[in-house]
Amino acid sequence: MNFDFSDDQKLLKEQVRKFLADKCPTKVVRRVLDGNETHAEDVWKGLVDLGVPALGIPEEYGGMGLSPLEVCVAAEEIGRAAAPVPFDSSVVLATEALKLAGSDAQKKKWLPELASGKAIGTMAIAEGAQPPKPRNIRTTFGGGRLNGRKLPVTDGEAATFAIVLANTGGSGDRAVSLVLVDLTQKAVAKKRIETIDPARKHAELTFSDASAELLGGEGEGWRLLERLYDAAAVYFAFAQVGGAEAAMWMARDYALQRQAFGRAIGSYQAIKHKLADCYVKLELARSNAYYGAMMLTEDGADLPLAAAAARIAATDAYDFAAKENIQTHGGIGFTWEADTQFHYRRSRLMALSLGGPMAWKDKLVTRLEQKNAA
Amino acid sequence: MDFNDTPEEAAFRKEVRTWLDANATRKSDDKQSFRARNDDPELLKKAKEWQDKKATAGYARLTWPKEFGGRGASPILQVIYQQEEANYLVPLGFFDIGLGMCIPTMMAYATPEQLKRYVKPALHGKEVWCQLFSEPAAGSDVAGIRTKAERDGDDWIINGQKVWTSGAHYCDFGIVITRTDPNVPKHAGLTMFFLDMKSPGVEVRPIKQMSGGANFNEVFFTDVRIPDSQRLGKVGEGWKAALTTLMNERLAVGLPSGGLDIDELMELARETELDDGAAIRNQQVRSKIADWYVQQQGLKLTRYRTLTALSKGQTPGPESSIIKIVAAPKMQDMGAFAMELMGHAGIMKEDVPFAAGFQAQWIGGAGFRIAGGTDEILRNIVAERVLGLPADIRVDKDIPFNKLTRS
Repeated sequence: MNFDFSDDQKLLKEQVRKFLADKCPTKVVRRVLDGNETHAEDVWKGLVDLGVPALGIPEEYGGMGLSPLEVCVAAEEIGRAAAPVPFDSSVVLATEALKLAGSDAQKKKWLPELASGKAIGTMAIAEGAQPPKPRNIRTTFGGGRLNGRKLPVTDGEAATFAIVLANTGGSGDRAVSLVLVDLTQKAVAKKRIETIDPARKHAELTFSDASAELLGGEGEGWRLLERLYDAAAVYFAFAQVGGAEAAMWMARDYALQRQAFGRAIGSYQAIKHKLADCYVKLELARSNAYYGAMMLTEDGADLPLAAAAARIAATDAYDFAAKENIQTHGGIGFTWEADTQFHYRRSRLMALSLGGPMAWKDKLVTRLEQKNAA
Repeated sequence: MDFNDTPEEAAFRKEVRTWLDANATRKSDDKQSFRARNDDPELLKKAKEWQDKKATAGYARLTWPKEFGGRGASPILQVIYQQEEANYLVPLGFFDIGLGMCIPTMMAYATPEQLKRYVKPALHGKEVWCQLFSEPAAGSDVAGIRTKAERDGDDWIINGQKVWTSGAHYCDFGIVITRTDPNVPKHAGLTMFFLDMKSPGVEVRPIKQMSGGANFNEVFFTDVRIPDSQRLGKVGEGWKAALTTLMNERLAVGLPSGGLDIDELMELARETELDDGAAIRNQQVRSKIADWYVQQQGLKLTRYRTLTALSKGQTPGPESSIIKIVAAPKMQDMGAFAMELMGHAGIMKEDVPFAAGFQAQWIGGAGFRIAGGTDEILRNIVAERVLGLPADIRVDKDIPFNKLTRS
């Protein structure tokens, strides 16, 4: 039985953790939240120097060629710090999309730039109010030209390129394809949009005959997106586990220090049991996330099921810890000055950005039905 | 990451399988249990025979030192043996408390002569042990026990009542915690003994549980005489001895196994018609199935993390403390939900597929949330030992026991 990370992976985790504790304390999260910058460039540069974006990129494309497990430990630390950097968009989604569906030429062009931090990638799927489905995507791609409007797009302003879900004229699930578009061209307009988590900037992207190319086969968009989201769900789960743990300890530290009715509030069972529940959810999430990481690494048949379970457990753990952290703090926890808001905002952002828990629970049972039928 | 054995573990697993194949019958599926197949009054006799066989082959307590019939082996080998044994139709469960809690306490406090006398028969299933801690007025607050032990020459005279004593009706010996000094605060006035359950003045009465079963007992002590040589630890240090016992309880790693779970719930949901079609297509039903699946997987995988630490010779982290907190309410809630799917027929004991099984979980879950540490006590333990939060205020801490308000 070897259901744990290796010593080397734990060392890497410690390295990223120390770097972020030093260079990305909560005042950096606040700086981005309150300010105008697209992301914390200083922190991002440091992570690039540490090799974080290069971890999972094959050596032939300028990366370090390590396994998903290394990316997972980095994700946990990014989540713990609620770091305002394009990790989820660029290191997870754009990188994985290229690895999954990119042609050799596309990989040669973009992966080395992602690894070296020269480029930031993102994905542009949603188009406003309705959850994206093959039938309701209105952005179109044909004859090498992309037209339409995508929002919200995480890191849309900072990103050099985007992978866009666009209608290519097929029917049913085959109506959509993934399309790679360079965002530095004039035919792309970027506009910042307000969201619940200003520490992670989002944009609206408008494409007006933008030059673009298919990523993967025509009509394969939805199938590829499902596979991509399974991998992303695992990485996100680690980030959510890190965030949940940070929120739990923040609440615990405050509960030890805050006195009410003559003693520390952490000595009351109403607080103790709430925080014990945070721990229970955290460990359920961690165990499910580990299995997701294991399936991702060996490309196991159980990946779709493991990824869904990791996503559901981690979303629940982070949501719960983030909201009960505020509750444990009481009134001070609801002020703009308090750090509690960072995890509350981030937990909801992460819960929704790959589709919410309700959709993943439905997916999980579908996959369970498929497994039982097989 | 992998779930594989080390070469040493694999070799041991193979050895165990070979031995089990030669000595027991393999289950045809994992839901089959010995009890279901052999519902006969001879169960204890069969369990004793199996225990003797197992002990003779050296599999009964692998982690114990060789002098006590063990192999001085790593806890992971004990787990591997139990994993393998679970695949065979053998009677289990009668010796867990004795060998898991009572005898380790004896090893900490009894004389070499006593150990020579008692350990081997216990290991071989010749003598069964029970643990006499809980009382009607002392459950979660077990240091609040009232059973009295008074010195009389070289003996002690015991009077009082214990409750929830597993197996007392067939046990030969027990360890008992008593109050020897009511004039000091509650933790300071306790002393532990072991005793012969056939001693004059010991009366065992089974408790009929809400589930209809009767695995537990009340035990009454009326002027029971115990020689001072059967005292475990110093007079007034019974709490320390009790902690030794309870610590060993926590070392017992395990998940409730068998019984109905997600597979059966899904089958039920497929076969149940709701207004809008099969229940399995209903989003509320799917959402609940998903939540319980995530919990079930989470517990299994958490156990794998603990086993990984054992396999590497490390001390496991505190993660296994979540297991009963999750498993017990899940059992109760899932049972109730499955019954709800059946509609009014969910109350029937016969003629409805899965009804009896899910009803058993709904009933049993109510007890499981209490036994061996309530949901509330376990949350306190996590909060205090894992998160480092302060212990509850104990208003009785410095007050002599005989001055306390009593329920």
